[in-house]
Amino acid sequence: MPQLPRTTGLGFKPEHFRDIMAEPGVIGFFEIHAENYMGDGGAPHAMLAALRADHALSIHGVGLSIGGAGKLNADHLTRLRKLIDRYQPESFSEHLAWSSHGAAWLNDLLPLPYTQQTLTTICAHIDQVQDRLGCRMLLENPATYVTFTQSTWSETDFLTEITRRTGCGLLLDINNVFVSATNHRFDARAYLAAFPLAAVGEIHLAGHDTEELPSGPLLIDSHGAPVADPVWALYAEVLGQIGPVPTLIEWDTDVPGYPVLLAEAAHAQALLQSVKPGQSHAA
Amino acid sequence: MLHDLSHAETERAFHKAIWGIEPPAGVTAPDRADVAQRFKVYRNNVQHSLTRALAARFPVIEQLVGAEFFTAMARVFIANAPPRDPVLLRWGDCFATFLAGFPPVSHLPYLADVARLEYARGCACHAADADPVAPEALTVPDPGALRLVLHPSVALFTSQMPAVQIWQSHQPGSTRRPFARGPDHALIARQPDFTVIVERIMPDTLAVLAELRDGATLGHAATKADPTPALTLLLRHGLIIDTDRGAVA
Amino acid sequence: MTTRTLALPLAASLATALTLAGGYAHAQSATMEKCFGISLAGANDCAAGPGTTCSGTSTVDYQGNAWTLVAAGTCAEIELPAMADGTARMGSLEELARDLPPA
Repeated sequence: MPQLPRTTGLGFKPEHFRDIMAEPGVIGFFEIHAENYMGDGGAPHAMLAALRADHALSIHGVGLSIGGAGKLNADHLTRLRKLIDRYQPESFSEHLAWSSHGAAWLNDLLPLPYTQQTLTTICAHIDQVQDRLGCRMLLENPATYVTFTQSTWSETDFLTEITRRTGCGLLLDINNVFVSATNHRFDARAYLAAFPLAAVGEIHLAGHDTEELPSGPLLIDSHGAPVADPVWALYAEVLGQIGPVPTLIEWDTDVPGYPVLLAEAAHAQALLQSVKPGQSHAA
Repeated sequence: MLHDLSHAETERAFHKAIWGIEPPAGVTAPDRADVAQRFKVYRNNVQHSLTRALAARFPVIEQLVGAEFFTAMARVFIANAPPRDPVLLRWGDCFATFLAGFPPVSHLPYLADVARLEYARGCACHAADADPVAPEALTVPDPGALRLVLHPSVALFTSQMPAVQIWQSHQPGSTRRPFARGPDHALIARQPDFTVIVERIMPDTLAVLAELRDGATLGHAATKADPTPALTLLLRHGLIIDTDRGAVA
Repeated sequence: MTTRTLALPLAASLATALTLAGGYAHAQSATMEKCFGISLAGANDCAAGPGTTCSGTSTVDYQGNAWTLVAAGTCAEIELPAMADGTARMGSLEELARDLPPA
């Protein structure tokens, strides 16, 4: 699998198709949610084929339930393989989360405890995914609202060990880091210092919402707002450490007009270009 | 004891709590008094995202019953028939059956058929691709022996209620009007420009289209009724993807 | 379905249909762009929805048996034609408090 360009990308929304194709190539790459392109044909595939012709592509799965206790859905892996064979993306990524239980699909990225047992299961799942899809995948760190009393690993140690055992890369979602750090009252910079940055193949940036609990703020990973200033600051610091990394702006709810997304992408691009040329990341 | 919870047990408890009232055992937060409120985010995300996915698939049902009622009803449907796999564009095939058996809407006898129509539209939207044949493929010396291969998106819809008219009256720009008594019939299909059409058709046209869809020759289909309206529809919307002049069955 | 005498020979029927259909290929390129992206927003996302802890929606007791909401959309305006038995089929609504079917 060739690599994504070390530039800024956007999550593809069909409502922006005409704007994008009016000036193709302005954005370095687009990311799609794999499950929205699993119909047999029609406009989604026609748009994706046209988009793909002019842009690098990242396929981002939201349906594998890699963090689940049960077996991976073999039919879903087959569908993913078909999508990857058809569109030849530069990257495939999924989440450290679960979303199906038994026969039910829950359509949310749910959290899991970090234990020896879950580590073993997840590594087996990632081995299976990489084997079935024939490529190295990136695993994304989650945004969470609760933690588990039975966790015996920190999230960063857990992710480090997963990359060591499976050879997978990581998708560092800096908004998720900030959301989780705020929600669980830890220091985002300490988390990033412990994060295996050398394995990072892509960065996600997105906006969040804020609620107030009696004990303090609870941030919601809504993907429905501009990237927050503290997240931009963390992003700049990470780039300073590892050099330019393919960076995606995600905006999935209350999707604004294309110019708003271009402005967010331009902000990220300016930070990417401010990184010293000599710096390069080791992924 | 919580340390003994297996991965599967933790997941089962979490899943159960998504549909329940209390957060599951074993989840925590810096201030434990927060846990129930924090857990509600997951519960609401599951409910909300699936409800909106259902509403995206059945927009006229949502208009018919109103957003508040739809949301409450979706919760019952989701709890009874959650998606079976992650591809939400296929979800909802049993929503019509649910509506037909849901007592609070038993006085709205057309809802289930409108839902069937909306689901069929979605299927047409995502059906396999196929290019239409050139019109010249039909101008042959013996058209009676022709069999037409129709586009994979083609579906024939029938309702004993005026479900097609009700659906049409809820499309942007349409004006409400008195409905003719059912049954209603429609051709549902996707055009080459990716627009999904819902064309209300007469019973004769339905009969001819059904024959053609099932592989009858044009000559045989024409014994049901004048095939001109059916052929006009198929040609106008680019729905003939191949012709076959094999032996007459 | 009864067999009928055809109004037109098949060839004439086809010729009429081709004329009436009037060049769908033209319509194809004209509306391609317009129709991309309409009502096709994907349903699968990885964002949290606005259903957060403050959302009032959780006040609906979706597991309870007391169904108190009333369908209040456009169905209230729909008047169906009288059925064969002469019964008027109104879409109008009355307060309902029925038990849900068992889950």
